[in-house]
Amino acid sequence: MEKIILKNVSKVFGDNPRKAMAMLKEGKGKDEIQAKTGSVVGVNNVSFNVNEGEIVVVMGLSGSGKSTLVRCINRLFEPTSGEIIVDGQDVTKLNTGQLREFRREKFGMVFQNFALFPHRTVVHNVEFGLEIQNADKTVRREKADKALELVGLKGWGEKYPSELSGGMQQRVGLARALALDPDILLMDEAFSALDPLIRRDMQDELISLQQSMRKTIVFISHDLDEALKLGDRIVLMKDGAVVQIGTPEDILMKPSNEYVAKFVEEVDITKVLTAESIMKKSQDVAYLNTDGPRAAMRKMKNNAIASLFVLDKEGRVHGIVFADEVAKLIEKGEKNLEPAIIKDIAKVKPDTPASELFPLMQGISHPVAVVDENNKLKGIIVKGLLMAAIAERGGNV
Amino acid sequence: MNFELPRIPLGEGIEAVLDFLVKHLAFATKAFSTVADQGIRVMEAAMMAVHPVLMIILLTGIVFYLTRQRGVTVFTFLGMGLIWNLGLWSATVSTLSLVLVATLIAISIGIPIGIFCALNSHAYSAVRPVLDFMQTLPAFVYLIPAIPFFGLGRVAAIFATVIFSMPPSIRFTTLGIKQVPRELVECADAFGADRWQKLFKIQLPLAKSTIMGGVNQTIMLALSMVVIAAMIGARGLGGEVWRAIQRLQPGAGFEAGIGIVIVAIILDRVLQKLAKQ
Repeated sequence: MEKIILKNVSKVFGDNPRKAMAMLKEGKGKDEIQAKTGSVVGVNNVSFNVNEGEIVVVMGLSGSGKSTLVRCINRLFEPTSGEIIVDGQDVTKLNTGQLREFRREKFGMVFQNFALFPHRTVVHNVEFGLEIQNADKTVRREKADKALELVGLKGWGEKYPSELSGGMQQRVGLARALALDPDILLMDEAFSALDPLIRRDMQDELISLQQSMRKTIVFISHDLDEALKLGDRIVLMKDGAVVQIGTPEDILMKPSNEYVAKFVEEVDITKVLTAESIMKKSQDVAYLNTDGPRAAMRKMKNNAIASLFVLDKEGRVHGIVFADEVAKLIEKGEKNLEPAIIKDIAKVKPDTPASELFPLMQGISHPVAVVDENNKLKGIIVKGLLMAAIAERGGNV
Repeated sequence: MNFELPRIPLGEGIEAVLDFLVKHLAFATKAFSTVADQGIRVMEAAMMAVHPVLMIILLTGIVFYLTRQRGVTVFTFLGMGLIWNLGLWSATVSTLSLVLVATLIAISIGIPIGIFCALNSHAYSAVRPVLDFMQTLPAFVYLIPAIPFFGLGRVAAIFATVIFSMPPSIRFTTLGIKQVPRELVECADAFGADRWQKLFKIQLPLAKSTIMGGVNQTIMLALSMVVIAAMIGARGLGGEVWRAIQRLQPGAGFEAGIGIVIVAIILDRVLQKLAKQ
């Protein structure tokens, strides 16, 4: 069932939208309109539907109008023309009071830079939407606690946002939207400000939350990886207009025009997938001079892995140890891990493309370490992970 | 050829306007007069009801409670002690009362105007030139309209002080609210907050420290008016200075001047601390 219907939505910024709209109808370009009228076209005649329980990712480069579009849906920006129908109600026809009610009832929004209120504690941030609705204090706290638990922040309620890391802050942002249990989540580049690893964690978490919540989600992103991973369907935008709408496969396999083709070609999977976007967190590591053979063995056993990277105190990669070598040391009664450490190992930078990872991984049996310029361990890549990442994104291995 | 441009009757015009206002704003001036006069009376009476030594200890305690800083607390105790020792206690009480009453009136008018200006850009562009005018006009000039409205005395002094010290309250309030990040206001909107919820839950709390900065400025400006206000009959430390000038008693003048500085430092430190919280 269609939850949101956008019909010919346009948004023009500036003093003279009427003239700009007329020029738009004549098919004039964005630059020409700006030069002649001084008005900026944000969104140009966009139509698409979002079905109930679906994640639609609106994706495009910066300046493509995607953030403007999502703000038109809950009328943070007033659309210049067009209809936006949510649950059968044309949002553009609501008066101020009705709009406020509608926003309270239907929409939860998550912002790129989190937009947490710095003067409120985490739980008071999460309560905000309910507080606005004058909900009862105990109900409010109950729902907020539940939402915090849902995003894995139980027990953090009394902290202030500034005491939390970026990833945790955005969890608060998500909890704030979820506390209201809205039908629709509007997520404006919600994960773009996060570190790559945390971003991927959050994406995974959103996917698993969505499996139980079945919300209708409009997700704005400039990251094709993210769009392919999250989107049931993708709306690709350029210069305020829609270029293609389709499933991730459609976009990758059947680009509708040159722009999309170029976009997708530019993101030729193995070239654009970087070590950073494939890597996972190392389950455990051994520390030089701190961990002996027995400690290292226990760590491997606990995580069911056959090798372990050895780091120095600063987190720099020193080498790797294998379970069989470590077992021999234990047999000999050796107290130091040093003899088993293999120092000549494969390391890559976070921006190394996947295409270069293949040949590298052919010859070796251990995971590849992803290190930054200071040789610090950022993550690891195992062969299965690489294959899965490619396959998941519809590439040919 | 002898050609003379007729003189523009600017002064006459202003006088006519003042006359008109005096005649027709009597209800407002009367209300102001009552509030200001009663306010001062109550405050003075309250502070004079207690023995100075006790009052000094009490004030020191309040300062410590508000700031939790040893330096300021000790300074308050010693400074106030010096003032008492110099025989300036009652003058200081009346100065403090005047400053506090004037400040209360100034911020209770200024902060709402500031809020209004922040939420309404047309209002701000109308108010801004007035503020510039208020701040650049020499402080003496405010004494002139004060007299026809209120006659000589401390109410006129308070009126002039209020006008002179109000602009920072307005400016800082407007600035503080405008400085609240757009994304946070947008977020409040997205959750369906109405104008008042936005104002009281988001904008004012986040603007608080800037607004307190404005209040601090207002108090400092009010304090800087006390000597000038003494010319139209405000008593207090300013009155002592003014008398010393007229009688050529530099020693007495400096004593009262130092008293003003002590009061200023204490108020400033306490307010700065409050603004940071």
